[in-house]
Amino acid sequence: MSDLLDIADRVIAQARPGEQLEAFVSRGGDTEVRVYQGEVEHFVAAQAEGIGIRVISEGRTGFAYAGTLDETAMAEVLAEARDNVKFGTVDEWAGLAEPDGVQVTDQELWNDELAQFPTDRKIELAKELERLTLAVDSRVRIDDSNYADGSGEAAVATTTGIRQWGRENGCYVSISTLADDGDETQTGFGFSVGRSPAMFDLERAAREAADRATRLLGATKPPSKRTTVVLDPFVTAQLLGIISSTLNGEAVVKGRSLFKDRLGDEVAPPYVSLIDDPTNPLAYTATDVDGEGLAARRNPLIDHGVLRQFTHNSYSARRAGTVSTGNAVRGGFAGTPGVGALALSLVPGDRSQAELIADIDDGLLVQSVTGIHSGVNPISGDFSTGAAGLLISNGQLGAPVREFTIASTLQRMLLDITEVGGDIDWLPMRAAGVSLVIRDVTMSGA
Amino acid sequence: MIDQDVIERTLGAALRTGADFAEIYAEDKRNTSVGLDDGRIEQVTSGRDRGAGIRVIKGETTGFAHTSDLSEAGLAEAAFAAAAAASQGGGGTRTIALTRSDPRSVNRVDRYPDEVAKAAKVELVLRINEAARAAGSEIVQVSAGYGDSRKRVLIANSDGLLAQDDVVRVLTRISVVANGDTGMQTGFQSMGQTVGWEAFDTVDIEELARDAARQAIVKLRARPAPSGPVPVVIRNGSGGVLFHEACGHGLEADHVHKGASVYAGKVGQLVASPLVTLVDDGTLPTEWGTLAIDDEGHPTQRNVLIENGVLTDYMWDHLRARKEGRAPSGNGRRQSYMHLPMVRMTNTFVLDGPDEPDDIISSTEHGVYVSHLGGGSVNTATGDFVFGMSEAYLIENGEITEPLREGNLIGNGPQVLLDIDMLGNDFAMGNPGTCGKDGQGVPVGDGQPTLRVKSLTIGGTAS
Repeated sequence: MSDLLDIADRVIAQARPGEQLEAFVSRGGDTEVRVYQGEVEHFVAAQAEGIGIRVISEGRTGFAYAGTLDETAMAEVLAEARDNVKFGTVDEWAGLAEPDGVQVTDQELWNDELAQFPTDRKIELAKELERLTLAVDSRVRIDDSNYADGSGEAAVATTTGIRQWGRENGCYVSISTLADDGDETQTGFGFSVGRSPAMFDLERAAREAADRATRLLGATKPPSKRTTVVLDPFVTAQLLGIISSTLNGEAVVKGRSLFKDRLGDEVAPPYVSLIDDPTNPLAYTATDVDGEGLAARRNPLIDHGVLRQFTHNSYSARRAGTVSTGNAVRGGFAGTPGVGALALSLVPGDRSQAELIADIDDGLLVQSVTGIHSGVNPISGDFSTGAAGLLISNGQLGAPVREFTIASTLQRMLLDITEVGGDIDWLPMRAAGVSLVIRDVTMSGA
Repeated sequence: MIDQDVIERTLGAALRTGADFAEIYAEDKRNTSVGLDDGRIEQVTSGRDRGAGIRVIKGETTGFAHTSDLSEAGLAEAAFAAAAAASQGGGGTRTIALTRSDPRSVNRVDRYPDEVAKAAKVELVLRINEAARAAGSEIVQVSAGYGDSRKRVLIANSDGLLAQDDVVRVLTRISVVANGDTGMQTGFQSMGQTVGWEAFDTVDIEELARDAARQAIVKLRARPAPSGPVPVVIRNGSGGVLFHEACGHGLEADHVHKGASVYAGKVGQLVASPLVTLVDDGTLPTEWGTLAIDDEGHPTQRNVLIENGVLTDYMWDHLRARKEGRAPSGNGRRQSYMHLPMVRMTNTFVLDGPDEPDDIISSTEHGVYVSHLGGGSVNTATGDFVFGMSEAYLIENGEITEPLREGNLIGNGPQVLLDIDMLGNDFAMGNPGTCGKDGQGVPVGDGQPTLRVKSLTIGGTAS
């Protein structure tokens, strides 16, 4: 097993009567190689470890952490967490997760080939991706070409009977491109992810990075109007991330979700089903347990257009009078578990992006969006982002466009989905991509 | 934090493979935060982060490793890892002799937050909550937070530099939800300073809370924002993020060096309206982006980037300045000891212009008045940038009228800088910000007087 679980066990063994203790202990390492013009620009080898301790006593919660597993520091963390308890407000729902009998789905989250992958091959992959991308089109330059991998192990133990340890690793390559034509420059990106470097598709990453940049050359500002948009899979994945925050059980119990009273309602057309399934091995963020140590599980959130379920951790579930959906998320040892989707995807349709486009007389393919953090408000539902893409006319891709926004509301966009594509793409994020057609979106340009 | 002879031996070890430059950045940081939501103090958190990052540069390659073990053995291991990362070759030894330089202080700290009782911090957050809830019956939810940190930093490099700093920050934030017939709306306020607990002697946090509540309540009667190009007036102290995105990032030497900035090769040229003088200044007392030394040990300074519309200089870190054979500008920053430094802004702002703010509004026949901006982002290679408006109004016949729902504004940096046709005389700094670049977040400040941009595209849904 692991020394991390031993550490967690030793911490919770110090619990005093009437006190709930949780210890989360983790250790991880990352490598990042950046190549520029055939040379290594930087090589980063990083190691980090630490512990977070949560104490709950008489309905009050306290927390402390340290970025070290030094014995003295850990003793200080427990003492600080106990001191912090005194200042919490009594909360009748406060408490740690308890084992719920849900079986953990076995998953292969650790790859030995990646763990032993030599440094010079990592550098070579980044160089190879740069070469392949430059070979696609003579108008393309490279901003940076990267290889990155990460590995981590974590243990969580509580006085309520949770005891879990796991480890995982993964890697990706990515490239940022610039395409020049006269004095105009456009940008693109490409990437490929995998549990091991053997799963990379460098040629696809190179081609997409070059195409994304070159096809925007000559882009102009489009006129303002309402139109039908096709979201590229990468854009859909970002939209799903925002939609999931409105289905977050903590937002629901605290009155911040615009869907809070809508369970059982039709919130989308019947061909729309949104699933959170971290047990799907295809998902980049697949995991066996959640941030509180409960089994990760498949949760249909929107089923054939009907809102079925919110995501919950043990706290939001207790408040909502339900059970945890295994959706506790934590950002490492320095924080306590929140609630969030783990691995979202829309159930795909059957048609390719080209087939979706062929049915559209007048519309827009959205290749990228910007400003999601500044122009989308998941509480009011207002949605407005910068965008770039290609106009669609008579079923064909046409002129490139940029420096415009697309806008609607999250509620409307779900209802206005006219088709889900069949081109599901597993991306290095918490949501999978798929082409998505949405009607009646406002495009603001010239 | 670390003995000088240990630092010297560690740097020597880092140079073992014949590297050109080695650097150690060590930090010991303690922080406290208080989180309130839904009427409860949910949690008080204490944190400790301590470690060192070692950077080795050989030719065009930078190697970097970090450790949370500050013993000589731990540092040596990181030094060897960084050296190996920077180089496969071998040879050469160099002896390092460090010269300690004490940075001039930019802030005086009267009450270190680690010496203030946690109960006082909790009480502050409870006061914020109460003030916001008392602001109106429409307020249905309040989340508030307080955070402080004290970070001791030690930076040494093979050029002989040895510098130390003690960086203190305090921050409060408040998010409010109001509910009405048209659904929910949100309001936000924050305050952050690079001083101690005394910051709260002069800041009225109840007023801050009421302002967040007011934003949310006003927006309950907001109508959809227009769609398309309009003249935009931006209130003083709310929109420095406009310059941060429209040109700040594009003036960072790393983007410029790779030809990934629309401002590359434009020093000496007119890049903005002659009204515009843009400054990045890390020495402003108390401001959120203020530092005595940057994260490479160089004193921060006042850098004039655009003077009367003419581009005068970019911002520089050690790496980019070394390539150009010039002095760095105090803009090398990193999120923590686990991160490589790069070129970053500090406090970025536009100086006062000639116009009365009231005249700017009254001379605008039809347009949009933005009184609180949200975040933003930019593509430095194309210059296209967006920023959010979290509180905005229509301007009709020279008067501010109805509130608008939220949305993004989009523009092209070089064009927008030229399109600034009125600039007020009411300069103010804005809210504390966190600037994200290449996965690293660092604290920044911004500021500007009331100004008008002839045309920006507003991303609403109304025609």
